[in-house]
Amino acid sequence: MSTSALLTLDGLTKAYPGVVANDKVSFVIGTGEVHALLGENGAGKSTLVKMIYGLVKPDSGQMTLRGQPYEPAEPRQARADGIAMVFQHFSLFDALNVAENIALGMETPPPMRDLAARIRDVSEAYGLPLDPYRTVGALSAGERQRVEIIRCLLQDPKLLIMDEPTSVLTPQEVEILFQTLRKLKSEGTSILYISHKLEEIRALCDQATILRLGRNVGACIPAETSARDMAELMVGTALKTPERSDRTFGAVALAITDLSVPAPSAFGTALRGLQLSVRRGEILGVGGVAGNGQDELLSVLSGEVTTARDAVMFDGQPIGHMGPTARRALGVLTAPEERLGHAAAPDMSLTENALLTGSVREGLETRGFLKWGVARSFAETIIKAFDVRTPGPENAARSLSGGNLQKFVIGREVLQRPEVLVVNQPTWGVDAAAAAAIRQALLDLAAGGAAVICISQDLDELMEISDNFAALNEGTLSVPRPTAALTVEEIGLMMGGAHGMEVAHV
Amino acid sequence: MIRLEKRPQPSRVWSLTTPLVAVVATMIMGGVLFALLGKDPVEAILTIFWDPLFGEFAFYYRPQLLVKGAPLVLIAIGLSLGFRAGIWNIGAEGQYIIGALTGAGVGLAFYPMEGWFIFPLMVFAGALGGWAWAMIPAVLKTRFGTNEILVSLMLVYVAEQFLASMSLGLMKNPEGFGFPGSRNLQQYASAHNAEIVTGTGMHWGVVAALIAVIFAYVLLNRHMLGYHIRLTGEAPRAARFAGVKPARLILFCLGASGALAGLAGMFEVSGPAGQVSIDFNVGYGFTAIIVAFLGRLHPVGILLAGGLMALTYIGGDIAQGNLGLPSAAIQVFQGMLLFFLLALDLLTNYRIAFGKPEVA
Repeated sequence: MSTSALLTLDGLTKAYPGVVANDKVSFVIGTGEVHALLGENGAGKSTLVKMIYGLVKPDSGQMTLRGQPYEPAEPRQARADGIAMVFQHFSLFDALNVAENIALGMETPPPMRDLAARIRDVSEAYGLPLDPYRTVGALSAGERQRVEIIRCLLQDPKLLIMDEPTSVLTPQEVEILFQTLRKLKSEGTSILYISHKLEEIRALCDQATILRLGRNVGACIPAETSARDMAELMVGTALKTPERSDRTFGAVALAITDLSVPAPSAFGTALRGLQLSVRRGEILGVGGVAGNGQDELLSVLSGEVTTARDAVMFDGQPIGHMGPTARRALGVLTAPEERLGHAAAPDMSLTENALLTGSVREGLETRGFLKWGVARSFAETIIKAFDVRTPGPENAARSLSGGNLQKFVIGREVLQRPEVLVVNQPTWGVDAAAAAAIRQALLDLAAGGAAVICISQDLDELMEISDNFAALNEGTLSVPRPTAALTVEEIGLMMGGAHGMEVAHV
Repeated sequence: MIRLEKRPQPSRVWSLTTPLVAVVATMIMGGVLFALLGKDPVEAILTIFWDPLFGEFAFYYRPQLLVKGAPLVLIAIGLSLGFRAGIWNIGAEGQYIIGALTGAGVGLAFYPMEGWFIFPLMVFAGALGGWAWAMIPAVLKTRFGTNEILVSLMLVYVAEQFLASMSLGLMKNPEGFGFPGSRNLQQYASAHNAEIVTGTGMHWGVVAALIAVIFAYVLLNRHMLGYHIRLTGEAPRAARFAGVKPARLILFCLGASGALAGLAGMFEVSGPAGQVSIDFNVGYGFTAIIVAFLGRLHPVGILLAGGLMALTYIGGDIAQGNLGLPSAAIQVFQGMLLFFLLALDLLTNYRIAFGKPEVA
């Protein structure tokens, strides 16, 4: 494909206690090549790029960069050798402006005015508009990512590593990012692109290496391989697509009318004039880029934030003033996005965490006294029904992997026979097989007559399971439309288009 | 290279054994300290830990253990409920004083009438006084978001002034020849918190402390409210998600710890102390904070820690008297105990690993 090899990985192995994260991984990244690294969560992608970036030292194996042995002891050395990385989670200070944030990451920052000028030059050259003097706290996720990318481009990298860059972007922003990456590629910069969004990889990448359980299980040319084939390589088995049975919609189960809530904190989002209704048997998908009011919407529905009585109605009954316990008694259940510390208490056992939301509907208390035996068997039921991998319910929540805890948290609500279930990012960090199981559980709930609101940033997920789609954008919710009739472009516009680049027209 | 690795979950074995290891380490380091001061370390350690329990004069010291330990345990149990939930009542000393004043006040108001109902009324008044004093930081926190640490601590000094004023004014003994201090409640049968069995040190405060331990154990392990207290301390956001109302929890935790501190003050003033005097309080309210942490905020742990603390106090007094150890050395010794306990506490959540560090 490409003319010459930029970076060669040969037999890289890294083991952690109890798990081999990478087992003799070898592949070649050519100069000016966009190389995809594919794999499920836990396949070893992160460990591999951390070794390339000098954050982790391999147990064995060699790397060769431009024909020279390459053994970075720390990220500084990797950067000096022309390797830059954009992390999935941004490391930016909300209270500082763009230029200050970029200066913080530099060894010898130039004077602020020169730096601002350079930021302007690079951002214009690569089509990434960004004002160096804006405060980061006021930027959208897409703009924050631009800060990280420009921070890397200022180093003039030979290899740019991008870890799940599109998970926080609207489709329009993704297109802008791809144009930038193609321009970089045309200038001879190589890109190692980590993702599990297969259509994006097909559109962008020249080569793909697929990891499964720490091993290189195959390579392909994405443009010539179907998404389904790549997915099956990743999972190792044939994929089971969730089945949508025909559902009939019943009466409106949950309705929000004209709800406005001020922002809970300086960098939170205010909800403005929200309207929505979900019928029994319906799954309403709520899309939107992170930080546009998802958390706030969930707390209004869970009862953590109370509102005017009739702003939130359940079966025609006002519940806006009710706290979480009263809503659970009625059957309005929720599962927040943040697993540790919000949906579950990290240091408490799974039994105690089962009690956290299950006490009312599962009868885990009598007059305030706890029935530990019943709570334990409820926890065991969740573990069994949702295939949570753990030695037993006495283990602390924090000892579970993210995906396993997610299965527990969703399972805990699904098994309580909700009338209305609201989930935020239900399959975040969960592997493909488990994600399919969770989506199936949501579909089954709806088929059983429950109303489901699924807040998610994964558009594919929403397209797959939701009947109607609405988007959150800066605290306002678009009018829900039937999912089947929507195109990706329309969804992108509902989500606010490309933030800061064009005005949204819906 | 030695480094600390976070355990996937807290080690049960270490959480139980660290207090013992800490006591042993304190004995060793304390022994070194005493040896440097020119005293026989073995004799000094024996004097502190052995003599009060099994020495020649143990018949005198053993009841003292109960007398000193009971208020510490009673107050510490109350404090531990709040501490578990991240609600920091530092003003137990003030609630202790106010409880003593309201309890003694009720008793003195009935003087010289005799009746079975007087002592129970005093118990009630003592608890109520401590509760009311703790409600001040609680209401200020829930209404205006003030910091309960500062408010409860400052109220200690207000309570001390109040105590001085009472023992010099309203509650002063009219037959006391002008000396400050109230009538001696030990000489007023209906109000006297006498020993239940003579010579054992067992008074109603000890009974109350034991009941409080059992009550707290059941609350924390078997009751929804106790579960909510623990949940709030470990994950406040998850607690709100579970439906805990933070304001109600603050009122309950501060109220309960205030009431128990007030009870402790009332049992002290009507029993071992006997009268309201300017220097009636001796810092039980502050020492109880140490006891609560020494006992790992666990009811049974607090019971043992209260006993251990009382032991080092009494043993320290003996060592000062018999061996001529300076009181500063005894305080260092007591400080060491807390230091080792907190330091070794790390091993519950971390393990020590040898080898090269790794950034992951």
